Amino acid sequence: MIEVKDLHKSFGEAHILKGITTSFEKGKTNLIIGQSGSGKTVFLKCLLGLFEYEEGSISYDGKIFSALSADEKRELRAEIGMVFQGSALFDSMTIAENVMFPLRMFTKQSKSEMEDRVNVVLNRVNLENAHKKMPSEASGGMQKRVAIARAIVNNPKYLFCDEPNSGLDPKTAIVIDNLIQEITDEFNITTVINSHDMNSVMEIGEKIVFLKDGLKAWEGSKETIFRTDNEAVTNFVYSSELFKKVRKMYLEENQ
Amino acid sequence: MKYLHNIGAYFIMIKDIFRKPTKWSVMKTLILKDIDDLIIGSLGIVAFIAFFVGGVVAIQTSLNINNPLIPKYLVGFATRQSIILEFAPTFISIIMAGKVGSFITSSIGTMRVTEQIDALEVMGINAINYLVFPKFIALTLYPFIISIAMFLGILGGLAACVYGGYGTLEDYIEGVQNDFIPFHMAYAFIKTMVFAFILATIPSFYGYFMKGGALEVGKASTTSFVWTSVVIILLNFLLTSLLLG
Repeated sequence: MIEVKDLHKSFGEAHILKGITTSFEKGKTNLIIGQSGSGKTVFLKCLLGLFEYEEGSISYDGKIFSALSADEKRELRAEIGMVFQGSALFDSMTIAENVMFPLRMFTKQSKSEMEDRVNVVLNRVNLENAHKKMPSEASGGMQKRVAIARAIVNNPKYLFCDEPNSGLDPKTAIVIDNLIQEITDEFNITTVINSHDMNSVMEIGEKIVFLKDGLKAWEGSKETIFRTDNEAVTNFVYSSELFKKVRKMYLEENQ
Repeated sequence: MKYLHNIGAYFIMIKDIFRKPTKWSVMKTLILKDIDDLIIGSLGIVAFIAFFVGGVVAIQTSLNINNPLIPKYLVGFATRQSIILEFAPTFISIIMAGKVGSFITSSIGTMRVTEQIDALEVMGINAINYLVFPKFIALTLYPFIISIAMFLGILGGLAACVYGGYGTLEDYIEGVQNDFIPFHMAYAFIKTMVFAFILATIPSFYGYFMKGGALEVGKASTTSFVWTSVVIILLNFLLTSLLLG
């Protein structure tokens, strides 16, 4: 479980995060949603330790990140898997080498053990025959699946995904969403996804945190988001005619 | 203020190159790749330029000697001195700032733009050590390139002199051997090692700390070339004053 208390982050005069308090539960897909400029990416980068924050605390299963020593932080980071918006695959390595990279860096496994593990995770993301391809030869959806494989290869306790569906067609986006959901359930990890894809919200949002102007404006789940009266959430989530109709139908059916 | 900030950030980066080293089994592969990219990959252009510039130096020297009292072997002597003291260590380094420096800045800058550096940092890897240290080690072989440039420059001078009809083989070889001061080689290689360090670190700095997208990668490469060249020229002046002055 990841707990965040009163998190503040500024860049010069700009106060981006204005005191966020929330938690992300183990074994669940937790979504952070909000408009562009609401502070989602800054929040995610604070969670990952890429940005230092001025006030507040972030704890991973009770361990307060800022209070950890450099070695403890390194150990914790080895338990984190991250899927970046643009996949961030190392373009000088093949797909198999990309997936093997965390194992080479953080384990003392033999080459054959690492290869076996790479085979397992690449099979898990349905990329059985892509080992020798370079990232530039893979489609956007394939790259995302490789990034997921790399993120889970070292059995992380925490999985972070920044806009995992951006740039993907709707069908592939659903495949990626389902894959993240399955992996979260299968390995019982704490998954945090930064997204503004409403399909993801409806599909896999077991917990949803809505940010607005650097503050948590609402939190709930994919079930409660249909019924909320919070104007900021409804204006954001149901901004399209399609989603307005979906919500109306849902509410009529569940009255 | 911006310049002071950059200078401070540069020296902090230098410290971080040697902090929290990457696993040796991974680092070994990175070093070999950088030796291939930065050293082996530069041999062709350095050989080509050194040979022909050596030839031009010999021709220019020969054409500017009108006084019959000046010995003919001066062509070989002047070519050797120009190549060993300045052309090979300094001007090849300026060329390398364009070739190798731009490559380093753009490759690291592209990794920054595509979040590959963030990926390394999230994993708890010291990205500066991972990216810059192998380049630093690869460029310790830079004197090898400069030695080849020295040899080919003098050879180019010989070819131009003899086959262009500007002097005899005997005169040229006599000039090359005349009044040779071994310390000049030490001076050249001290400069070479200092420039190798500059070539590894300044372009890495501009790549690592760049912000923005593809356009900024191009701008960072240009800025990196300019500053690497400026620092090489200034250090050349300083080292020459200290070592030969």
